[in-house]
Amino acid sequence: MEAMTLLQWAFDGVLGLFLLWLAWLSLASTNLFKAIVLFIAFGLLMALSWVRLDAPDVALAEAAIGAGLTGALLLAALARLDSKSGPKAFHKEDDDPDVHD
Amino acid sequence: MTPMSMIENSRQQTPFRLLLIVLLSALATGLGYVVLSLPLEDPGLSEQVTAKLVHSGVSNPVTAVLLNFRGYDTLLETGVLLLALVGVWSLGGIPQQRSSTRPGPVLDTLSRQLVPLLILVAGYLLWVGAYAPGGAFQAGAVLAAAGVLLLLAGWLPGARFSGLPLRIALVTGLGIFVAVGMVLILLGRRLLEYPPSFAGSLILLIEAAASLSIGITLAALFLGGRPEVESRR
Repeated sequence: MEAMTLLQWAFDGVLGLFLLWLAWLSLASTNLFKAIVLFIAFGLLMALSWVRLDAPDVALAEAAIGAGLTGALLLAALARLDSKSGPKAFHKEDDDPDVHD
Repeated sequence: MTPMSMIENSRQQTPFRLLLIVLLSALATGLGYVVLSLPLEDPGLSEQVTAKLVHSGVSNPVTAVLLNFRGYDTLLETGVLLLALVGVWSLGGIPQQRSSTRPGPVLDTLSRQLVPLLILVAGYLLWVGAYAPGGAFQAGAVLAAAGVLLLLAGWLPGARFSGLPLRIALVTGLGIFVAVGMVLILLGRRLLEYPPSFAGSLILLIEAAASLSIGITLAALFLGGRPEVESRR
């Protein structure tokens, strides 16, 4: 019994620290693709935290919407960003007169 | 001024950053104080929910709160989701590159096998929501996952369905929710105050319509624009 409680505390602690770490990595990443993948990983761990907090309903919603669909939406948005104004077009913006139409 | 150079400028402004630090510290202190001043043992409203659960029509307290006791909030949430899609549609049509991509054989076969299973899971989640974790939003999200999978595999809704049929499917959830509320008002009750004998069936009706609409709305959001409508004569 004692050992189980200790194990649960350790698990929750590691989970919480991992969440903060993933959140920071995702926010600080300059590579947008990497940031999105980290965000999805964050969402999955968040769902695990909701299960630990005895909220399986929220966990289901977080895993499906927070991690799954939002991740897919962000990736789709990134693909659109890349196809419209790739890295080259973005850097050229300042000295290209054609852009200011 | 481009966004990049604005970020670089703000990096050089030390006073601005100091002000930011002071403001954020004040916010963190305030939040910490609020959290610490909360009562340690607060049962919240769970006792009232448990007491009234018998009259809600479902035995899962979460569904009872979402669809019955706090149904007004869920009604507005469905509206917000629809508004988000209207916002995306107002930005323009579907990006072109999507229709030209061909899926590999694995994705093609897997999507055909998985989509019926996902629809079944969505139906299960919808039904089980009355007794256990599940419900309209989860079922809708699984439906949307099926839609996203189909879209990734290169499937596009036919122009015949992307006009009126798609719009009807999108507003069905909100429409039935509002219709039930209005009918109840006409019957002399308050908005979404279900009669206990019909509560279970009404909740299932609203949830079924809402999951369909939520699923299609989320999948349409992934499409990233208003689909082409068959040109009128």
